[in-house]
Amino acid sequence: MSLQWPDISFQDRMATAEFRVHERAHIVVNSDSCNGCTTRACVVACPANLFVPTSDGGIVFNYEQCFECGTCYMVCNEEGAISWTYPEGGHGIVFHHT
Amino acid sequence: MSDFDVIVVGAGPAGSCAALTIARTGKSVALIERGPFPGSKNMYGGVVYPRILDALIPEWWNEMPVQRWVTRRSTMLLTDTQSLSIDFRSDAWGDAPYNGATAFRPDFDNWLANKAVEAGATLVCSTTVTGLITNANGAVIGIHTDRPDGDLTASVVIACDGVNSFLAKEHGMYPHTDAAHFTLGVKETITLSKEIIDERFAVRGNQGVDIEILGGTSGVNGGGFIYTNLDSLSVGVVLKLPKLAAQSKRPEEIIAGLKSHSAIAPLVEGGTISEYSAHLIPEAGLKMMPTLLDDGLLVAGDAAAMCLAAGIWLEGVNFAMASGMYAAQAACEAIEKGNTSAKGLSLYKKLLEDTFVLRDHRKLRRAPQLVLSDRVQHMYPALITSVVQGMFHVNNPLPKPGLRKILKDERRRLGIRTIDLAKDAITGFRSFG
Repeated sequence: MSLQWPDISFQDRMATAEFRVHERAHIVVNSDSCNGCTTRACVVACPANLFVPTSDGGIVFNYEQCFECGTCYMVCNEEGAISWTYPEGGHGIVFHHT
Repeated sequence: MSDFDVIVVGAGPAGSCAALTIARTGKSVALIERGPFPGSKNMYGGVVYPRILDALIPEWWNEMPVQRWVTRRSTMLLTDTQSLSIDFRSDAWGDAPYNGATAFRPDFDNWLANKAVEAGATLVCSTTVTGLITNANGAVIGIHTDRPDGDLTASVVIACDGVNSFLAKEHGMYPHTDAAHFTLGVKETITLSKEIIDERFAVRGNQGVDIEILGGTSGVNGGGFIYTNLDSLSVGVVLKLPKLAAQSKRPEEIIAGLKSHSAIAPLVEGGTISEYSAHLIPEAGLKMMPTLLDDGLLVAGDAAAMCLAAGIWLEGVNFAMASGMYAAQAACEAIEKGNTSAKGLSLYKKLLEDTFVLRDHRKLRRAPQLVLSDRVQHMYPALITSVVQGMFHVNNPLPKPGLRKILKDERRRLGIRTIDLAKDAITGFRSFG
């Protein structure tokens, strides 16, 4: 059987990447659509784990530690539930050893 | 009178090669980058094949920021408990003009953008392009940016704004966007000493290794990779979006699963994650390619889905650099002739058709779908590894079984139909043959 990999916490993992956070959220989520959504594809697929389900059936999201990959709006099956633009110039993810 | 002859959006490999080509003709060109420096938004699997740079930067290998020159290339099949590698090494790939190199995109892209600046291009960083400006006839004549009074006009705009290309989408160049055409790449840069890497991967000096992996992605269609940098490894997976979305393992858990495999763990253990990253990849090749040009507008690089994900060949930076260069040549010709309509820009299409950019994509148009298919992903690795295990496993006192019998038994055991095997073999032969 395969070995268990001693992994770092998700918070420490995200702390390895640099984010120059802008005050304006570049992700906008229509929570009405999320409340009726059963697939919740964004929750599992977002590599930065920005979408977190709430106990009342909604989804809370963060935009600060976003890789700007586009996965969330691509996998979202509710047309337009996640609207997504690039952050202001000079802000957002800054890669170094990628 | 326009602000610039040409505006290039995005200072990745496509945009910088476009700006370099234009600046060398003496035309004015602005290269607009939303990151604080070129390459700061970019991440990839890990190997650049730079021969196309012969046309732009003679002896590029003397100045390109390289981590290691790839002299060893492995293709690995993984099941939960088995691995099979085809391992190739070439000393020739360790000498100029080399073959492939591992490089960090923030270094590589920044270097290439600076070549454009040295040639006279105006590089504007930290500026997000928010839309295209069109005239009454719908022709593109400039861009909106997020700077105050940030509109800029040009005779031609070249959109090299990456895999999400909002400009190409805004202008209707993509008839529809299908999540099935994209994979998510997630990667860990893992710090390890050069000595340990040299020893574990059996290389010396600035020689490096590229390992492409089929299987090991927790049942999500895609693949894995390990690349050696000078004193770090790039370890990651690419995951087909709809398949990722339809199961419950998160991307970083899928990397953890790959790293815990008995064939992978000894290569990566003891290293610390120095950077975690993610990026989308346009994987579907010719099938997903947008309209490439319109009046005043050209689309190149990932924005035009010019990324080759054909299993044994995984390339993108070279396609980006070439398409950027050809877009620039077309833009220059159109400006010189005074006709920047789609017709005036049509040289772009011809240059792509005449070279590897569209010829490779045309030849390999069926490959991405085959490589990401359920049979290639979930059945054939098991079939191949169990046939090999059947061959090498000494099961005395039983005599050795014949290869044909092993293949037949394993095919039946895994429920693979001969007709499907034959169909896939034909598709594979038509693509790779």
